[in-house]
Amino acid sequence: MTFVALRMLTGDRAKYLGLVFAIAFCTFLLENQTSIFAGILSRTGSQIADVTDASVWVMDPKTEYFEQTKPLKETDLTRVRGVEGLAWAVRLFKGNPVAKTETGKFAVTFMIGIDDATLVGAPRKMLMGRWEDLRAPNSVVLDYAGYRLLYPGEAYRLGRSIELNDRRVTIVGISDPGAPFVSLPVMHARYSEAVQFQGRERKQLSYVLAQPVAGVTPEELCARITNATGLRARTTSQFRWDSVRYYLKNTGIPVNFGITITIALIVGTVVAGQTFYLFTVDNLRQFGTLKAMGVSNAKLIGMILLQALLVGAIGFALGTAMGATFFEIFRHKVATRALVLMWQSVAITGACMFFVVLLASLLSIRRVLVLEAATVFRG
Amino acid sequence: MYAVDCTGIQKSFGTAEARVDALREADFTARLGELTFIAGPSGCGKTTLISVVAGLLDADAGTLNVLNTQMSDLSERERLAFRRENVGFVFQQYNLLPALTAVENVAVPLLVAGVKRRQAIDRAAALLGRVDLGSRLAALPSQLSGGQQQRVALARALIHDPKLVVCDEPTAALDHKTGDAVMTMLATHALSDDRAVIVVTHDSRMLRFAHRIAHMDDGRIVRTEERPIDKEAA
Repeated sequence: MTFVALRMLTGDRAKYLGLVFAIAFCTFLLENQTSIFAGILSRTGSQIADVTDASVWVMDPKTEYFEQTKPLKETDLTRVRGVEGLAWAVRLFKGNPVAKTETGKFAVTFMIGIDDATLVGAPRKMLMGRWEDLRAPNSVVLDYAGYRLLYPGEAYRLGRSIELNDRRVTIVGISDPGAPFVSLPVMHARYSEAVQFQGRERKQLSYVLAQPVAGVTPEELCARITNATGLRARTTSQFRWDSVRYYLKNTGIPVNFGITITIALIVGTVVAGQTFYLFTVDNLRQFGTLKAMGVSNAKLIGMILLQALLVGAIGFALGTAMGATFFEIFRHKVATRALVLMWQSVAITGACMFFVVLLASLLSIRRVLVLEAATVFRG
Repeated sequence: MYAVDCTGIQKSFGTAEARVDALREADFTARLGELTFIAGPSGCGKTTLISVVAGLLDADAGTLNVLNTQMSDLSERERLAFRRENVGFVFQQYNLLPALTAVENVAVPLLVAGVKRRQAIDRAAALLGRVDLGSRLAALPSQLSGGQQQRVALARALIHDPKLVVCDEPTAALDHKTGDAVMTMLATHALSDDRAVIVVTHDSRMLRFAHRIAHMDDGRIVRTEERPIDKEAA
């Protein structure tokens, strides 16, 4: 009876396509919104993830996320270095100086000041130039998105001058770091110079980056640093999640995305459910005829489930293809870079769509189960 | 030999004030090898009677023997199997599956019985050839005339060689000539000692095909009219 079920399904093209596209658009919307949501939230910890040399971040006890810094005292670095199980610890500065080009175009930037001696925290993914060139005086590495913002339409070129707090610095490299939450140019400089670019303040040590010795886990080192110094110490992963949680709790992002995702689910369920239900109701006479001919309820349920799952699978595949195409186009744009279709979104959406078609088919199954075969004789 | 023998059949729908007694102790018989008509005014219970006889509805009371089987003794599963193997249906509105071609529609009872698709289609095509629709095998019901659709429906009812064929107003939507052709086919099928055809009709023009006519009124068989059969001549 499989082929009868399939022919019944595809026989009415308008309803069949309506079902497929209802599920496809619902899938696209869900995958799109959940992937963008996760992508945007992961951006809140991009600068943390970019530091691959150190596994422990030390900060003021009240710090909740990366952007929120209260400078530490220089003596805090010495105290951290005195903790047992620590291999090394270095400074990290984070500021937001204004960069100005020779044409007068300017932008607020993310300035990351890295340790002068070791360059721990330097961007490892370079599109042009070398991060080691930061050792040259008055030099910065600028990310490519910032370059496009400051020099729109111009080709990448090293050696260009840029003004930071009345200081003329040279771009020695163009990097490709993780996209920040706010689309600002990301600059890296040596710590001693970065604090000058920002403007001198009494305390400027934003974070201490640390690494445990072999045999000590980052979590153990964090606990020891907190016990010994009273400072907050987090592993890279913990600090990223701290930032994500802060934005989840304190911004309207989850509410906005949550509303869209909920509406997509409701609309998808209602549209797909109603269309499939109407499809079954329209075919009740056919199901009744089959019942009269001796087709069992189990077989009819099998036919309806086959129809629902097939429509669901085709709609889901189509929606996922639409989603993949969308992200393939937009991940090359500067503003939407690094936003990708996440496999977790596809998996979760797949589960949701399975639930939607199951729910839709249950209503239809009920109608067919209570259908009396004798109704076929009614005009 | 009776194909159908029912006594004192009662069937009602609804409860309390909304209760409708569709069958009131109806006694009905249909013999093997005969074309039995059930005639009567609208609402007299003809369709309910054939629904009970075909095993589509349960009687509230009375005894019903169809093809030597006490229907009340059958479980739901057994009744499904009984219908699948022994009963063919012809409906007023044909009830063809609109997404299936003519040959696929005819093959459905065989598919329901578990016959392989290729084999079912071949047998269906051969039967459609015998009802002059060999050239319309791939046509959808919407591409066929009313008469052609009813012939497809008739072929579907006969494809699995059922012992009992139940027809509800099979000629109501057809012109006289096409109706005659359909009834001739049904009469031909009935003219076998192990088969019976029951036809519900309003169409008095078709009564001439009947071997026996059960006149019904107000939920009862009020009169049965026997007509002599000359099988040789038929």
